[in-house]
Amino acid sequence: MERIPVLKIGDTLLVSIQTDLHDQMVLALQEDLADRIAATGARGVLIDISGLEIVDSFAGRMLAAIAGISKILDAETVVVGMRPAVAITLVELGLSLNGIKTALDVERGLRLLS
Amino acid sequence: MTAQELPIHGDADVVRVRQAVRALAIEAKLSLVDQTKLVTAASELARNTLTYGGGGSATIERVENGTRAGVRALFHDDGPGIADLALALRDGYTSGGGLGLGLGGAKRLVDAFEIRSEPGRGTTVTVTKWAR
Ligand SMILES: Nc1ncnc2c1ncn2[C@@H]1O[C@H](COP(=O)(O)OP(=O)(O)O)[C@@H](O)[C@H]1O
Ligand SMILES: [Mg+2]
Repeated sequence: MERIPVLKIGDTLLVSIQTDLHDQMVLALQEDLADRIAATGARGVLIDISGLEIVDSFAGRMLAAIAGISKILDAETVVVGMRPAVAITLVELGLSLNGIKTALDVERGLRLLS
Repeated sequence: MTAQELPIHGDADVVRVRQAVRALAIEAKLSLVDQTKLVTAASELARNTLTYGGGGSATIERVENGTRAGVRALFHDDGPGIADLALALRDGYTSGGGLGLGLGGAKRLVDAFEIRSEPGRGTTVTVTKWAR
């Protein structure tokens, strides 16, 4: 199975989701991130979703779960790079992404975390 | 126009349905936002077919109404069906561990939404989105 790479920049873990997510990949990513936060003591998790053409409620739940797991492990999550059409669609879908911090791009996301 | 029938038996099939719906939406010249809305609705419905219907199929086609082009997608399963449709459509209602936004959200994201279901007789949901 293809795994989504987790990179470390300073105190932050960076995940760039570029492909259409399969459920198994999502579960593997949650585990990898939890392990890496615990192993590295990272304080921030940046998830770049600029490669995602859609975010449905499944993907939204996944983002919320990652943010929740990170929080328990004392790291903050910021989601960056959401496409405008995706943002418009999410609102109509009714997905609020409450409790998840967002930023326009990786640079601003990193600033938010520092 | 000929319809395509795609099986939905695993999560890779949900991805394939999304891609096929996207291709038709581009052909029908839906705007990027409308493509995104339709594909998101299709993703929700395909996942319901898989999760709650125990698998089934999606039948997708380009449709025309006078000069307007659009895309229609029908999701069918022979699963347990839905006893209370109004409840199932309500935002936040889930019988699984979901967010309960799939049916209500899909309905908001398309131009036409039709659901037929009876306990023991499966579920069929049809959605249509038109180019503006
Ligand atoms: N194809 C289906 N077959 C049987 N029940 C379904 C089907 N689709 C939806 N449902 C029922 O409707 C409920 C609401 O669906 P939805 O709005 O997509 O939310 P979620 O998927 O998060 O539960 C589901 O929890 C399920 O009980
Ligand atoms: Mg659903």
